[in-house]
Amino acid sequence: MISIQNVSKTFGRVQAVRDVTLDIARGEFFSLLGASGSGKTTLLRMLAGFEGVTSGKIVIDGQPMQDTPPHLRPINMVFQNYAIFPHLNVRDNIAYGLRRLGTPKAEQARMVDAMLEMIALPGYGDRLATQLSGGQMQRVALARALILKPKVLLLDEPLGALDKQLREQMQLELRSLQRQLGITFVLVTHDQEEALTLSDRVAVMSNGQVIQVDTPSGLYDRPVNRQVAAFVGTMNFFDARIRAQGPDTSAEIAGLGRHPVAPSARRDGDRVLVAIRPEGFALSPQPPEGPGPRVAGRLMARQYLGGRQLLHVAVEGRAAPVAVAAVAHRGQDPWEGMEDNPVWLGWSRDAMTVLDAD
Amino acid sequence: MAATEPFHSPNRPLALYALGFTLFLYAPILFIPLFSFNSGLYARFPLQDFTLAWYAELWTRGPVFAALQNSLQVGLTVAVISTVLAVPAAKALARYRIPGKGPILGFMLLPLVVPGLIFGVALLVLVSRLGIPLSLWTVGLGHIIICLPFAISILLPRFEGANRSLEEASADLGENAWWTFWRVTFPTILPGVMASLLLTFTVSFDEFIIAFFLSGTDPTLPMYIWNQLRFPQSFPSLLALSTLILVVSFGLVLASLRLARLNRDLPGRKTS
Repeated sequence: MISIQNVSKTFGRVQAVRDVTLDIARGEFFSLLGASGSGKTTLLRMLAGFEGVTSGKIVIDGQPMQDTPPHLRPINMVFQNYAIFPHLNVRDNIAYGLRRLGTPKAEQARMVDAMLEMIALPGYGDRLATQLSGGQMQRVALARALILKPKVLLLDEPLGALDKQLREQMQLELRSLQRQLGITFVLVTHDQEEALTLSDRVAVMSNGQVIQVDTPSGLYDRPVNRQVAAFVGTMNFFDARIRAQGPDTSAEIAGLGRHPVAPSARRDGDRVLVAIRPEGFALSPQPPEGPGPRVAGRLMARQYLGGRQLLHVAVEGRAAPVAVAAVAHRGQDPWEGMEDNPVWLGWSRDAMTVLDAD
Repeated sequence: MAATEPFHSPNRPLALYALGFTLFLYAPILFIPLFSFNSGLYARFPLQDFTLAWYAELWTRGPVFAALQNSLQVGLTVAVISTVLAVPAAKALARYRIPGKGPILGFMLLPLVVPGLIFGVALLVLVSRLGIPLSLWTVGLGHIIICLPFAISILLPRFEGANRSLEEASADLGENAWWTFWRVTFPTILPGVMASLLLTFTVSFDEFIIAFFLSGTDPTLPMYIWNQLRFPQSFPSLLALSTLILVVSFGLVLASLRLARLNRDLPGRKTS
């Protein structure tokens, strides 16, 4: 559907986007995830046509688009602050793009009514845009774009200005709307949770480059480097060194000891990082049964997060405590009052991801 | 914050100073309406009886209406032309990264402080060299030059305060630059356009020196007043006329300032 081929963008001496190549499938919910300044917004604005490309090609539905002005692209956008026209009412905002299409007035009214129904704001047509709440403006911005039946809908941090509760509700609505319409959505966000919740696939961007493109679970379980691993969720990183090679590859991990890891092209003595999610550990008061790797430690602190908790466990040979996830059911929390007691950390070989040391 | 906090407590000497400042600004002007209601022929104390006779007498003076009509014609034309010329200039200054933007803006606003006398002489030399006969048109030309800086300084903040993503949204929804201007940009800057029309009209309507140099046989209202000052018996009705001009000018300028600030806080406003 969208093919971004070796696209770069330079502002003066700043390289905002560096040689990005991405393919986005028809009907996919695709996210560009990154911190501010990572180039994700610039890339989105190049898709919309508000910024030209310095080099490279953008192909949408088989048509090269990099030189097409925004008003001729089969793409519509939901802006970060909605960009609702303040001098028009809700109805005229939603119908804005229909003038150029020459849609008859009666048909326009019918389409707008259908849109108002879809965004659950029936009867709001005559309200002034300035009388709407943030969530309502968000919906009007969506309706205004979707009424034109675009091939691609771009969303620039669409939920950033909403409070947490409304944001979560809108995430669910966006996702089900996208499934229902089957339109390709491209979302820009700095909120990793939002990207993981909404997307079929996510491109993690940093410093103008795409570091990894994967499904949400792929990003979480198989991050390609420390940056992605740290950006998506909480991660424990251990300095480590490869010992031996081939099928018997193992790693000497600071604080955890020497354990077999998946074979790779790395050589004996290479410095690496071993990453383990907080959920990758199981914590027990006694040494765990079974053959898996284990290490003794001491429970330092509990960080209650509502329904779940992070337990911070000190192990020998590592300065920072290891974060371990555990449930925190009311009244049956085995770790309550257990601070300063010895504990055992167990994990499996699959829980370990070996990354390049930085 | 506590009202007793010393830094924010009322400052009596400064308040008195501001009051004196205002009096100093307006006292001389206030004598004009005062004597326009005075039945004596001469503007001097003690005041005599209250009268509206001088206002009534204005109605009997045909040339006043001719001069008023001239001033209205010039003022309206100047207001429209200078505002229309200033819109693209203000848009360019607000929107595009123009090299030397600061100096350009400075030069555009400079005519605000160039003495009218100098402009008048310079323009008189220019138009006579070009062989253009003096008329209300040449007066209008001069007024456009002094009105443009006013129009730009009113319109520029309007463009700068406008939310650029509204125009992007319009383009995104399929409208080209022309329609985007008329459907989105113009409605957002409309209060500024109205303010500019009112202010430039007032400036032109009240202007004397350039009109004095550049007019032909048709006088504007300020020139009529100047010509009539030679006749002592018309002085009181000139005061009445001046009072009317003052009231209308103040009203227009106040309306213009209000409009220029109107709707500046709508959601259409820029957020960073």
